[in-house]
Amino acid sequence: MEKQTPAPRSRKPVYMVLGCTVFAAAAQIMMKYGATHPMPALDLSNTATVVPFILALLTNYPLVLGYALSAGNALLLILALRDGQLSTLYPIISLTFVWVNLLSIYLFNDHMNLWKAVGILLVITGVAVLGKASEVA
Amino acid sequence: MILATQRVDTPLSSVLLVILASVIGSFGAVYLKLGAAPMQKGLKYILNGRLLFGIALYIGSSIPFVMGVRHGELSVLYPMVSIGYVCTMIWSRIFFSEPITMPKLGALLIIVAGIICINVGGR
Repeated sequence: MEKQTPAPRSRKPVYMVLGCTVFAAAAQIMMKYGATHPMPALDLSNTATVVPFILALLTNYPLVLGYALSAGNALLLILALRDGQLSTLYPIISLTFVWVNLLSIYLFNDHMNLWKAVGILLVITGVAVLGKASEVA
Repeated sequence: MILATQRVDTPLSSVLLVILASVIGSFGAVYLKLGAAPMQKGLKYILNGRLLFGIALYIGSSIPFVMGVRHGELSVLYPMVSIGYVCTMIWSRIFFSEPITMPKLGALLIIVAGIICINVGGR
């Protein structure tokens, strides 16, 4: 772990950012579930409501999982940026849009249409071009 | 389909807030990379000012974003996020001397077009 030699020519950072997009999409879905989770009212002028609210926040497992996934996403992104080019890696994050849209069809009964299908194909194509470009970077 | 005939106005303030969030986020990415550099020497260097500033910018960018998407059409506002990708490519050139090549520019254009399509389909 400690003696990792820099390997900027490998495509490892690209795969790491691909992993990031999966984490980010899962985090967004979990936060959506967390947002609909029943929560007690918070009245900051009434201290008696603060503790139950914090307890409810901590036991709002979808929300907690969403934040944990976001933290994992950030860590993976930082490790990827350490070894790869920012200009190649950053736009790959757009793949998150693709996962969220595909998962929403399955989980929230969203509908697929021609625009979405074309958009998803375009984003995947763009990311593939960046992945290819990272070889010669 | 019925919704397509109803015009939902997207206030300029919302557009500007989302663009502001994207620009802050792009600087967040720059500082994450600046902060990641000391980690070449080992993972224990993860706690450094630049990295923390990068994380702060990243989290901070969600404030104008949430304020922005509160009003207006998401199909207009979400694609504004891609302005952050364009900025990041410019900052990469300025701060890290990364070349802007044809494949990178082409890929960026394809991705931006794709994001716009997805959001048009999401109306």
